[in-house]
Amino acid sequence: MKKLIMSTLIWGLTAGFSLAGSHSVIRMGTEGAYPPWNFVDDNGEVAGFERELGDELCKRAELNCEWVLNDWDSIIPNLVSGNYDTIIAGMSITDDRKEKIDFTTNYTQPDPSSYLAASEGANWSTGVIAAQSNTIQAAYIAETGATLVEFATPEETIAAVRNGEADAVLADDSYLKPIAAEDSGLMFVGDRPLIGGGVGMGIRKSDAELRDKFTAAIESMKADGTLNALITKWEIGETF
Amino acid sequence: MSCFEIITDYGLRSIGLGERLLPKTDFTICHQLTLIGSGMLWNIYFGTVALASGFVLATLLALGKAANHFYLRKASEWFIFVFRGSPLFIQFFFAYFLFLSLKQNFTFFSPLTSAWAGALFVLFCNTAAYSGEIFYGALRAIPKNDIEAADAYGITGWARFRRIIWPTMLRLAWPAYTNEAIFLFHATTLVFFSGFPAWQQRGDALYYANYFADKTFNPFIPYPILAGYFIILTLILIGLFGVANRKLNNHLPKEQHSKIKFKIKLIR
Amino acid sequence: MTTPKHMNLFYSVGTVLLLLTLTAPTALLFGFGGAVMARSKNVLVKVIGNAYISIVRGVPDIAFFLFFVIALDQFFEWIRHKTLCPEWNEPIRQGNDFIVCTIAKLPLNSSPQWIHEVYGFFLAVFTFAIVFGAFAANVLYGAMRAVPKSQLETAVSFGMTDGQVFRRILVPQMWIYALPGLGNLWMILIKATPLLFLLGIEDIVYWARELGGTKTAKFTSYPHGDWRVWYFFGLLVFYLIFTRISEVTIDGLTKRLSRGAATLGSNLQGQVGR
Repeated sequence: MKKLIMSTLIWGLTAGFSLAGSHSVIRMGTEGAYPPWNFVDDNGEVAGFERELGDELCKRAELNCEWVLNDWDSIIPNLVSGNYDTIIAGMSITDDRKEKIDFTTNYTQPDPSSYLAASEGANWSTGVIAAQSNTIQAAYIAETGATLVEFATPEETIAAVRNGEADAVLADDSYLKPIAAEDSGLMFVGDRPLIGGGVGMGIRKSDAELRDKFTAAIESMKADGTLNALITKWEIGETF
Repeated sequence: MSCFEIITDYGLRSIGLGERLLPKTDFTICHQLTLIGSGMLWNIYFGTVALASGFVLATLLALGKAANHFYLRKASEWFIFVFRGSPLFIQFFFAYFLFLSLKQNFTFFSPLTSAWAGALFVLFCNTAAYSGEIFYGALRAIPKNDIEAADAYGITGWARFRRIIWPTMLRLAWPAYTNEAIFLFHATTLVFFSGFPAWQQRGDALYYANYFADKTFNPFIPYPILAGYFIILTLILIGLFGVANRKLNNHLPKEQHSKIKFKIKLIR
Repeated sequence: MTTPKHMNLFYSVGTVLLLLTLTAPTALLFGFGGAVMARSKNVLVKVIGNAYISIVRGVPDIAFFLFFVIALDQFFEWIRHKTLCPEWNEPIRQGNDFIVCTIAKLPLNSSPQWIHEVYGFFLAVFTFAIVFGAFAANVLYGAMRAVPKSQLETAVSFGMTDGQVFRRILVPQMWIYALPGLGNLWMILIKATPLLFLLGIEDIVYWARELGGTKTAKFTSYPHGDWRVWYFFGLLVFYLIFTRISEVTIDGLTKRLSRGAATLGSNLQGQVGR
């Protein structure tokens, strides 16, 4: 009997410990295929703007963070199911998403989307426009007069413009810029529609404490200019 | 909006008829059922056309693989080997790439970069290879006495093939061929998922299931709906193939007859 | 070709092979269970067995993979939650969130990344095994039927119990009939591995796509254009060799087991050998 009480006590204690440190490790979910936001570098590590940002935020919020790769399509279901604690993957804050998860304050200004085409005269308004499926850009084109053609990965959307399958591709400006810079055959055309809001970290609705910690950390980085320095370094867009 | 209106608006959305824009908010079960069901039209189209056309090539491949002619045999063997030995996923990738480069040189090939023709062609080759191997196996399993009996009656050449070898081959291959047909219909979900781009949000059942899963962030409704549709489709297929099986076995004595019937039953 | 990132591609080949070696016996076990259930004299057990076989076989594996892993994960955590934290009285589903007590999390939130990966891998094996177990059950069920009735009747007349007949006669005999079907299933299993990335495993297709994609000089010291074709070509060769080896092995086994049957096949074989 004594033994039983002891073990219950120990069990209770350890359970108490793990509850107290319920966020001893924060798992950061990202896609790892969207440079310069997040990508896997030559060493097989998660790198990019959000890696540096996330590491700095964790330091300021005094959290112990770990990086996890997850497919874009299932990135929200896996968050609400508890397989990681935050999404930090260039995810724009939209009303649809806000119904399902919470966001920290935005850490970038709204990033305009751009049309990238293979010729100056490309018909970006009513022609064939490529976009990655399940993105805000795909939803946007479906409503314009253009013909939408959807591909599973961003890579394929660029390839579609190169080989003439699509007149242009619509994607985040910051994603297209380095590609346009290296390929003289591709150029920006047309409008730069502002589709999404700013980008923020996605966090479970039940995790308000964690959200506030990260929001506070982001605010402090905004205040002392370190966030602007990161945005400039990775050419993410407008600074704050 | 009543469910009836939703069906008239979106029932044929997958082939471009009805509402131009997909629903954006207030997703009901009816929306999901209608659009995913609408997408099933593509799965049925790919499956049926590929199966029917693949059947012809499969017979030729089986005969080719069993032929004495060296090059004929090798060509059939390699065709079957390549398409059976690699994942469909990778075949779609290569096919799309190949069709793109063909298109740039010859406008004749341009339909092949769209799913209705290109993916169909890949599925056609794929099922022909699988069924060809099944038929070849059945061909080799034909009892020797059947052939000897035919020879004794003086039935030779084309008549021997059409009246003895071919029906026996089909009869022996039928249970495995039923499975292949089921697999083929399941494989059609890969078309828009990994292989070919979807134009103007016209896609198959999985495409719409994926759309809803993305918009509602809840995978537990659209995918089970998709699963339900496929279970129904599979049951219909098994039913149709069961009818054909009975036709093929009609001439056999009752005892053997019921045995094969029982075998089919277990899939139900 | 030798950056640490590239090593991931080679590791993932190991992952795929390991998954296959673990999945095959697990699926066989599921299949055996399913077949025995479908043969049961108890109506309820029989219905469950048949439902498992026909439902899972009726659904495309992609559709299954897309939601099943999350469901399975939540199911395990829910069970642990019920047993480990009985005093927890908040609801598990709060809005969209699925919340269990911290110690019920699988794996624990604080465990290192490799445990999470092992757990993800385990879930993938389990999911594959459930899907392919249904197909294996179908094959084994057919094989059990194919064992000649007279053999079983003879055994009964020797005074064996039902269990003895099953263990000593039926199970040893059925493998001969099951082998072609199981061999076929193995080939299908190999070719289903590109779908692993749906289950959150970074498999060879994932890395081939990632490594082959266009790399701009800004983010890597080895920039290149769209090389996916070459990486995929490598995969194609890998799969062709792998399935070829399997096919030859299975053929050899079947031939050894079915020696002596007088079919058109044995005749044709003579012609091929000429």
